[in-house]
Amino acid sequence: MDSRLRRQLFHDTLRIRLIEEEIAARYGEQEMRTPVHLSIGQEACAVGACAALRTSDYAFGSHRSHGHYLAKGGDLTAMLAELYGRATGCCRGKGGSMHLVDLKVGFLGATSIVASTIPIAAGSAFASKLRGEDRVTAVFLGEAATEEGVFHEAANFATLHKLPLVFFCENNLYSVYSGLEVRQPAHRPTWASAKGHGLRVLYGDGNDLEEAYELSLKSVDAARAGEGPVFLELATYRWREHCGHNYDNHIGYRTEAEYQAWRARCPIERAQQRLIADGLLGAAEVDEMRARIDAEVKAAFEAARNAPWPEPEEMATQVYAEGANAT
Amino acid sequence: MSRHLTYAQAILEATDLCLGADPNVYLMGLGVPDPKGIFGTTLGLREKYGARVLDMPTSENGMTGVALGSAVVGMRPILTHQRVDFALLSMEQLANEAAKWHYMFGGIMKAPMVVRSIIGRGWGNGPQHSQSLQAWFAHVPGLKVVMPATPHDAKGLLIASVEDDNPVIFLEHRWLHYISGPVPEGRYTEPLGVARVLREGRDVTIAALSYMSLEAHKAARMLAERDIDAEIVDVRSLRPFDAGAVARSVEKTGRLIVADTGWEFGGFSAEIVAQMAERCFGKLKAPPRRVALPDCPTPTSAALSKHYYPRAIHVARAAAEMLGRQDADSLFAEETGAPLDVPDKSFTGPF
Repeated sequence: MDSRLRRQLFHDTLRIRLIEEEIAARYGEQEMRTPVHLSIGQEACAVGACAALRTSDYAFGSHRSHGHYLAKGGDLTAMLAELYGRATGCCRGKGGSMHLVDLKVGFLGATSIVASTIPIAAGSAFASKLRGEDRVTAVFLGEAATEEGVFHEAANFATLHKLPLVFFCENNLYSVYSGLEVRQPAHRPTWASAKGHGLRVLYGDGNDLEEAYELSLKSVDAARAGEGPVFLELATYRWREHCGHNYDNHIGYRTEAEYQAWRARCPIERAQQRLIADGLLGAAEVDEMRARIDAEVKAAFEAARNAPWPEPEEMATQVYAEGANAT
Repeated sequence: MSRHLTYAQAILEATDLCLGADPNVYLMGLGVPDPKGIFGTTLGLREKYGARVLDMPTSENGMTGVALGSAVVGMRPILTHQRVDFALLSMEQLANEAAKWHYMFGGIMKAPMVVRSIIGRGWGNGPQHSQSLQAWFAHVPGLKVVMPATPHDAKGLLIASVEDDNPVIFLEHRWLHYISGPVPEGRYTEPLGVARVLREGRDVTIAALSYMSLEAHKAARMLAERDIDAEIVDVRSLRPFDAGAVARSVEKTGRLIVADTGWEFGGFSAEIVAQMAERCFGKLKAPPRRVALPDCPTPTSAALSKHYYPRAIHVARAAAEMLGRQDADSLFAEETGAPLDVPDKSFTGPF
């Protein structure tokens, strides 16, 4: 793997971590009045996937998609302004943390209903196929989304039409507080239901940045080559509570020991150690990288918090797109 | 004499014109290319347009998402369900996603898609094959909802719906597919959000939805024989709702009957009555009335369903009562002879 790319992947993962850590640090101020679902601990999945995608490829996200949006190249200040409910937010304050969009980089939208963007992604892939475009659609989902009917409906349709679609499934073991063992049978891995639909299936360590990238690239390349949809499942873990900025290992649905075991497999620390061991990165460089990202993040927060509020009359605008688009 | 088409033929012609005019338009639905062609409304289109006319898996919610996702990137899908009862499976995509796609992303994307769905009636269709759920769709901001009653409007409103940049729910009453009326050749549109006065009158306004416009028309003829002059406003579009057109009529007649194909309780008829009460209370000479479905599911047996569906006589009786006719019940005799659980194919326009 190209060493410049390895450094870039590390940088992008660290950047998402630092952005979300800053959101967590400021969330208690109660100025970001929107439910945040942080991806801290899972960032490598998003970075690996988006590094395998082109800017012209489409991507759809879910309720936990800060990382997907940022990895695809989404504008940081517009995201933060959206979290602060400002007029300059990526959705003009009408969406919030769970509704992120940046058309310039093909991030066509994250929405908050579990699995709900999966068939929508199949739809954009279907449009690309009808039009003969060289374009892949990526959809980010959690393992719980595979329990929803629309996942199966979309997987079936995508296979039927050999759509250029990649399902990036981050298996973080929990749907809110419900563990995998009460939701899916122990003898059937999550990816097996995708395989049952006839999708090509890949599985790997979502906390290993380079592995996540290699598997993503394989998935995207296959979809782009017209081989049909691919389901990539990456094992990972959410460090903080389902929704909010706190740790919740003490409330009884999971153990501190489980968290610590995953914490020891931090995707960023692992990537950093490997880069240092391979002589591609020095400790001073990491400090410098962090300082640059910190400055960017501080400036973005500053800009977002100082942005204007939407005017009251904007509340009932954009309910309908204006005018017919007559041909 | 102007050309007559059935309502089903008018839909077929509109779809054909839309597919021919814009390569982004495509049509899909369970059974679209099959030998029956959605009651004749899609026949021959697969042969003419190939991949843009397709059958689909029995996945109402998923395929609504597919339609939406393709619309977001510039396609203009027409998704067809054979029964609105099955379309309920897609309420999640319609209400959560399609209706809000424009709004929740701050207006930077559009969701131009049409969902055709058919309301059944009679012949033992029963509790799950004959519901009339327009109020569900009309409740959600972001959706547009139309219910054309005539072949002319079916064509004009379908073309307008396909060309509209929003998700449009296009509801067809099964019994309307058989009726015929004048339909102009070529492309024309009827604007969404505009009601049509089907008959002018001075004594009572009948605001009617979909198939009930025909029953209202029949009722108006019965009322005319008793010197009652009814005005019929075919609502046509529930969202946007042309409250102004209904209010103008109510202000003239001072009396309002709403004839709906759906349930009375929480139905669209309640919305119309509420809006008219707010807008022109002072002009009302009598309490408004609703002629709509009773508060129970659709029974299957013909012995029960004949008491379930309101017909022209019920509209006529309501009008006569509002005008103080003491003998309203006996003025309009029950129909005899013809069965009540099959469509009356004798309806022909102009209406």
